[in-house]
Amino acid sequence: MLRFCGQASPRPGRDLLRLLTCGSVDDGKSTLIGRLLYECGSIFDDQLGTLQRESRRFGTTGDDLDFSLLLDGLEDERQQRITIDVAYRFFATPQRAFIIADTPGHEQYTRNMATGASTAELAVILVDARKGLLPQTKRHAYICCLLGIRHIVLAVNKMDLVDFEQSRFQNIAEHFSKFAAKLGEISVAAIPLSARLGDNVTEISARTPWYRGPTLLEHLHSVDVSNSGVDRPFRFPVQWVNRPNGDFRGFSGTVVSGSIAAGQEVLLAGSDRSARIKEIVTFDGAADRAREGDAVTLTFETDIDIARGDLLAKPGEAPEHVDQFAAYVIWMSEQPLVPGRSYLLRVGTRTVPGTVTALKHRVDVETLAHLADRTLRLNEIGFCNLSTAAPVAFDPYDACRDTGAFILIDRFSNETAGAGMIAFGLRRASNIHWQALTVGREERAALKDQRPAVLWLTGLSGAGKSTIADIVEKKLLALGRHTMLLDGDNVRHGLNRDLGFTEADRVENIRRVGEVAKLMAEAGLIVICSFISPFRAERRLVRELAAPSAFLEIFVDTPLEECMRRDPKGLYAKAKAGRLEHFTGLDSPYEVPEAAEIRVATIGISPEAAAEQILAELRGRRII
Amino acid sequence: MQIFGDETLAPQSLPEYLKRLEAESIGIMREVAAEFRHPVLLYSIGKDSGVMLHLARKAFFPGALPFPILHIDTGWKFREMIAFRDDTARRLGLDLIVHMNEEGKARGINPITSGSALHTAVMKTEALKQALDRHGFDVSIGGARRDEEKSRAKERIFSLRSANHTWNPKNQRPELWRLYNTRLNDRQSMRVFPLSNWTELDIWDYIAAEEIPVVPLYFAALRPVVRRHDGWIMVDDDRLPLAPDERPELRWIRFRTLGCYPLTGGIESSATTPSDVAAELRSTRQSERWGRLIDADEEAAMERKKREGYF
Repeated sequence: MLRFCGQASPRPGRDLLRLLTCGSVDDGKSTLIGRLLYECGSIFDDQLGTLQRESRRFGTTGDDLDFSLLLDGLEDERQQRITIDVAYRFFATPQRAFIIADTPGHEQYTRNMATGASTAELAVILVDARKGLLPQTKRHAYICCLLGIRHIVLAVNKMDLVDFEQSRFQNIAEHFSKFAAKLGEISVAAIPLSARLGDNVTEISARTPWYRGPTLLEHLHSVDVSNSGVDRPFRFPVQWVNRPNGDFRGFSGTVVSGSIAAGQEVLLAGSDRSARIKEIVTFDGAADRAREGDAVTLTFETDIDIARGDLLAKPGEAPEHVDQFAAYVIWMSEQPLVPGRSYLLRVGTRTVPGTVTALKHRVDVETLAHLADRTLRLNEIGFCNLSTAAPVAFDPYDACRDTGAFILIDRFSNETAGAGMIAFGLRRASNIHWQALTVGREERAALKDQRPAVLWLTGLSGAGKSTIADIVEKKLLALGRHTMLLDGDNVRHGLNRDLGFTEADRVENIRRVGEVAKLMAEAGLIVICSFISPFRAERRLVRELAAPSAFLEIFVDTPLEECMRRDPKGLYAKAKAGRLEHFTGLDSPYEVPEAAEIRVATIGISPEAAAEQILAELRGRRII
Repeated sequence: MQIFGDETLAPQSLPEYLKRLEAESIGIMREVAAEFRHPVLLYSIGKDSGVMLHLARKAFFPGALPFPILHIDTGWKFREMIAFRDDTARRLGLDLIVHMNEEGKARGINPITSGSALHTAVMKTEALKQALDRHGFDVSIGGARRDEEKSRAKERIFSLRSANHTWNPKNQRPELWRLYNTRLNDRQSMRVFPLSNWTELDIWDYIAAEEIPVVPLYFAALRPVVRRHDGWIMVDDDRLPLAPDERPELRWIRFRTLGCYPLTGGIESSATTPSDVAAELRSTRQSERWGRLIDADEEAAMERKKREGYF
């Protein structure tokens, strides 16, 4: 029943198409991929022998070969009969080489689909002819479009089970076209087929005489995915500076859009600096021109200060360069997104700290409705405002994938927590200029004859932070120092009275206090802050905010049992009675500082002695 | 039966799909050089390693490779492989590190009496971990391809390893666009696979087009062999014990993959050039790893070895 046509020799002009397959669990996706691979000679006899053995052992298709076993590569997948992760498959014909990203239909489909779609130019969405369009079909189409795929094949499978009925196929195709029209400019090709029997996969079927279109393989051959790259603006993210010796200084990277020729002028995005290209260096000799997709090294006629992370463009075609923008974000971590928390944001070859400042709405991927929400959980998609610690050069994702896409990395676990597609830069960022002031931090501090600093006391509730902070301030006052004390409880009565105790609110609470402490340090003050501040990420954030003023993290280290015994405000008793939620140390975590400048162990010493320890440290660091 | 056309490639004209694969691999190598402190390129002497080396030279041209290359020697490689390795290192002026698990060697671990599983665990997996730890490499570049084996098809291009060099297939970082997450926590390391998206045929088409030197064992020649497990085992030196009825015979043999000679089965062939090999592959019905006894033990052999820290 299965035919084999041998691995094909390439034609000289053979190109590469990257595609994605998606569909619900039983739509026959594995069977379709298995058939394509098999008929194009990418499955070998010994693999087939293994497949026959495994089909009998684990298979779900009776006596037939269960192609999904060929595709599910991990032990757990074969034993549990589920697909866990994206897999990549390869086959080729004389005209084209194909890379298929095969993504699972159910578990964590958003995360995996987005991963597969991010590098794909075309998506094959499978539908079971008996079931028609499912909510899942629409979800898949939406995610494909969001990730920038402009070519969709609607593969209406299992036509053999509906007697190759034309009206059935047409209904499904029309229904899908209507939905797809809402998604923007995409080309849709609907093909009736049977993956199991091979109809319209690589050979046109005699059983669908009413169908005049191409087979799936013919369509995959003919679809034009070229970007007509030369017309698009030139974009070159600098990846690596090649400086093997004093004589050579080149800038290596891949042209991600447009093209450039030797002798042309390029501009460093976000600056007014430009230089003329001297040579496009490659191992195979100097090139006249570098086009989209070429990995080359550029040298310049004049010295220009460029580093990894910079983006090169042509004058007159500069990308945006701002520190605030709006973007779609897909969340990929078990830990929910926390607006206000600092993540590492990587766009192009640039990595900068970045924060989601506002979640404008969450998208219900089934209905495309906009929902209000405060956070994004695993596999959820939202439209957000982001801000970065420094301006970044980018294009809207729709204009260029490579300069408009970013990932968010958790700063502690280093896991890839989210992925984003930039929609547009926020005008206020480019319109609000930083006002240069004549009188600065140094001058204000000099007048007070002191060094400004932020003393940040962190620790559990009841650890003694406020008591110690109060004594420290009294002692500094006695020494003639200008100080200010910010206390957790007090700011929640005013500045932060709109915030509660969820993780997101705690993060925002600390962010605001960090900004206030920064302003006060700039005013020349020694700012004493007393906050539980349970998360390392936010303590790191305030440390970064405070720079260049001195920042001392002071860990008031009192064991939980002792705090509960002291319980000065009766809060532990309340929390234990179930009348107080999100209480640090009980049902909300406290992340112990790893590298605090000062650790004050309070057991067995008086608050007075603790304050004296801090003052001694300030003297040692020449702050007082 | 449908047969596609059989035009051959003109030498030196790299078709579009190979150009794209080449550029992707070069980009990955540069990413490693830019983002890591102490990289190393794992060199197995095989055809994939040869292509990788060639791509690395392109990536960093006109400079030299900004990292050393590491070969894990088991003491049982084909003699021609070792000669080719040393010649390549000399010819290209490479900083070559050769590491052998001396402790394993002292214990007398070998592929014949210890069995392939123990030999691989001690002389390859253990040896690799020793070398990585000894030199403190935070990233190693390997030549694995996703089409080789099904657990490889699921692996990332930048693949995280624990402090013990183990791989957790269920906890892989999502890898989108070309935005590789290169961040490491304390003592973690990265394995990077620039050839992830190449197939065996792509490798040979590229070797032919770029005229990349490879070990002569890949091409058919008269070689002394004995028949074992449906394959031809080469009698490369006098350490291979022969059964009483086994007589080495001379046959036209070549190898699709190269490893320890007692574990590597050759095939009968008349292919003597890279183009011949590519043409032969287009009509073969056996997969690449068929001649490797290492995967035959069990279906998930490769995944298990990889979890433990194998290449």
